Amino acid sequence: MDPLIRLVNLEKSFDAGGQKFHVLRRITLDIQPGEFVTIMGPSGAGKTTLLSILGMLDGGWTGEYHFLDKAVHRLNVKQRNELHKANIGFVFQSYHLIDTLTVYENLEIPLSYRNIPTKERSSIVCDALDRFNIVGKKDLFPNQLSGGQQQLVGVARAVIQHPKLILADEPTGNLHSAQGEEIMDLFKKLNEAGTTIVQVTHSEKNAAYGHRIIQLKDGWVAGVEMTATAQQA
Amino acid sequence: MADSNVLIKMEGVKKVFLTDEVETHALSEIHLQIQRGEYASISGPSGCGKSTLLSILGLLDSPTDGKYELNGQSVANLSASERTRIRNREIGFIFQAFNLIGDLTVYENVELPLTYRGTSSTERKQKVEHALQRVGMAHRMRHYPSQLSGGQQQRVAVARALVGDPLILMADEPTGNLDSRNGEAVMELLRDLHRNGATICMVTHDERYSHFAERTIRLFDGRIVEETQEAHAAS
Repeated sequence: MDPLIRLVNLEKSFDAGGQKFHVLRRITLDIQPGEFVTIMGPSGAGKTTLLSILGMLDGGWTGEYHFLDKAVHRLNVKQRNELHKANIGFVFQSYHLIDTLTVYENLEIPLSYRNIPTKERSSIVCDALDRFNIVGKKDLFPNQLSGGQQQLVGVARAVIQHPKLILADEPTGNLHSAQGEEIMDLFKKLNEAGTTIVQVTHSEKNAAYGHRIIQLKDGWVAGVEMTATAQQA
Repeated sequence: MADSNVLIKMEGVKKVFLTDEVETHALSEIHLQIQRGEYASISGPSGCGKSTLLSILGLLDSPTDGKYELNGQSVANLSASERTRIRNREIGFIFQAFNLIGDLTVYENVELPLTYRGTSSTERKQKVEHALQRVGMAHRMRHYPSQLSGGQQQRVAVARALVGDPLILMADEPTGNLDSRNGEAVMELLRDLHRNGATICMVTHDERYSHFAERTIRLFDGRIVEETQEAHAAS
């Protein structure tokens, strides 16, 4: 099977006061379709930068990045934009919901950037409300929900178009442990249904939900280990 | 009619929350008028009712009692969809946490309020570019929020609030997540927008910034306790 993601000698650096500062060093990595991968490491190790590059939200790197059959390193900004919108859903630590839009309208946002007729949009949104058990919340604003419910909406928005890949940056970082577990259980279900997931986390407990842990340190891959979950699978 | 200049008119507005059978009076007897072209700041300690007041002003919440007229129209009996329409078209919101979406570009984030209105794509492009120019961020159109500093992200959020030509800008602690230099810059931006005619209502607990407004309304325990008109506001 071809990998979903292949990185070859990916590097990112920037100039700070005439000195070259490396954020990511020679990252070579394959991620298979259906995998659930965790990126861990101390603050400043490059985890979030790596996630942004995988999500095609960050430029200015060198090396090769293959996503599906596309050579991302050869695509321009517009093409990358189209590619990530069609295939990748993002979940953020601070949810990234719009406070002046209802739950329903927040879920509609990703659809408004594709040419989907209004009628079809509403059936897609209603389907997501059903799937995530939030029909009763559809007319509420984000600040009328608990953090866990807001993140539930965040995940629902990320997967509304059935992306191949979910990228999650500390998705439970703002949540209580019970709410966090609910979100992690949800990721597990989505993964079992075939969605590839890459998460960044500091939590060993969250990492245990995945198959493989990639340790970053000072921008280098410092270790790769399989989790108990992967060994059972 | 002298009243035609009144954009916001509140009379006897109250907000009561019921939690565990205890009534909390978040707002009591609020009388407030804001004129077109005014720059008003609502200040007071945390828990005084500032954010509740802004939520009601912004049609994100309803008062328990009292009258609220926006642009000459009573909002009490509007349907949910009418409220949504007015909120999305007539009010531009700016939040402490910027409220940008990380996987949309700067351009797309600013375009967001227009996508709900059936504006043609040519007109959208023109409006988005103009709004970004007004906040000095047109050159970062293709970037993503994570590629910008906090101050730049807030400028983008201001552009999004402006893009639909709202009647009023409502800003909730717009400098709360910024260092003082960036905070100052955002306040100067709001002041410039005001000088060019924008009506602004800002909530802040930061005394350093409330003086940017020409009028300061102080809230304490859900009541307006003081109003000051700053003579030097324009300086």
